[in-house]
Amino acid sequence: MTALLMRDLRLAFRAGGGFGLGLAFFLILAVLVPLGVGPEPQTLAVIAPGILWVGALLACLLSLDRIFALDFEDGSLDLLATAPVPLEAAVSIKALAHWLTTGLPLVLISPVLGLLLFLPAEAYVWLIVSLGVGTPALSVIGTFGAALTVGLKRGGLLLSLLVLPLYIPTLVFGAEVVSRGAMGLAVNTPLALLAGITAGAVAILPFASAHVLRINLR
Amino acid sequence: MASFWEYANPLKFMRTTDWLLPIVATAAVLVTATGLIWGFFFTPDDFRQGSTVKIVFIHVPAAMMAINAWVMMLVASLVWLIRRHHVSALAAKAAAPVGLVMTLIGLVTGAVWGQPMWGTWWAWDPRLTSFLILMLFYLGYIALWSAIDDPDTGADLTAVLCLVGSVFAVLSRYAAIFWNQGLHQGASLSVAPGTRMDWAYKAPLYTCMVGFGLIFLTLVLAGTRTEIRARRMKALVARERMA
Repeated sequence: MTALLMRDLRLAFRAGGGFGLGLAFFLILAVLVPLGVGPEPQTLAVIAPGILWVGALLACLLSLDRIFALDFEDGSLDLLATAPVPLEAAVSIKALAHWLTTGLPLVLISPVLGLLLFLPAEAYVWLIVSLGVGTPALSVIGTFGAALTVGLKRGGLLLSLLVLPLYIPTLVFGAEVVSRGAMGLAVNTPLALLAGITAGAVAILPFASAHVLRINLR
Repeated sequence: MASFWEYANPLKFMRTTDWLLPIVATAAVLVTATGLIWGFFFTPDDFRQGSTVKIVFIHVPAAMMAINAWVMMLVASLVWLIRRHHVSALAAKAAAPVGLVMTLIGLVTGAVWGQPMWGTWWAWDPRLTSFLILMLFYLGYIALWSAIDDPDTGADLTAVLCLVGSVFAVLSRYAAIFWNQGLHQGASLSVAPGTRMDWAYKAPLYTCMVGFGLIFLTLVLAGTRTEIRARRMKALVARERMA
């Protein structure tokens, strides 16, 4: 399992594995929004939490089809399915690798983008916390979507149609944490709900993902 | 006593729906027409909302069926996953477009009513938002069905999507409530004492609800029959090619 994790990480970092693409997308979005809505700090400060969360969502989405597509094409996914490691564990590892290469960098870079969007100072810690708590859910849910569409040609668009509605609760609670933090309100409730979604998704969704993978490999 | 599961046999299902479908269809037309005509022409105008209140006779039944259709798909998906009856998977497939249209009717009639009453076509109210989200779930489900060629794989994958989607749809519903306190009034009908609606409205509304339920049943049965026939045709073509 460690070997699988290391392999996925190495593939992502080297040889145009797409590492950094999500980050670049996140950055571009944070540049485009002020260009679109105007540079007034007050306006930007109000929408910054939402923009950063939506940006994280889309950046995450961008790299989802890589989770299984390449392994499916060269047949290593079949080997994984027949390996002694349960497929559920392999799926979780792949989601973890996706999070380490997409979610974690997003969390780390988000304060810089918060600066660009005039995010209020009190909100930075909650931005990092909410993205840190919430992005694992995005990876796990996305892995499920990727597993659903792995066998399909032109699955990319379908993948976004399937996955984005599933992201809605995470987005609502995540952005709510940041905007409450920005207004100096208590964030316990949305943060607890966000953590609940992440915990539930991490606990249950790998089973669903492994199940649909087995169907797709049939 | 015949078991309910007998109808999992496509032959038995076709034979039964052969005579059942016309009856259900006729009943659907009669009951809905009665309910709508009764509601539109033989109820008094509301003293504040005027005649706009009468859109409730379409809005509420459609909204109710939009949710019920998803629940029916959920049950049918479970039946397919557990007992692997093909008719069940095909019924779920047939129900999705009907549910989608019901959702659209709910949203559109709501907008038409909201314009004179709330002064806006759309508000990011929890109920409206959750309905929009429900529509996205329907779209995703239908898109996944149409993207997969192999019928069994399609049935399996969409069934799992329906299960996972149900959980997230419910989560989204409560997330939307949490996110924004709304403009939409509370439940139109309630079993709690002191309900707000007079029987003059309630009776035709119940009639319309039954009518919409029958319409849904008609369309799902017809859709399932079409799917079964399409499946048979595919099998026949495949057999011809083999010979």
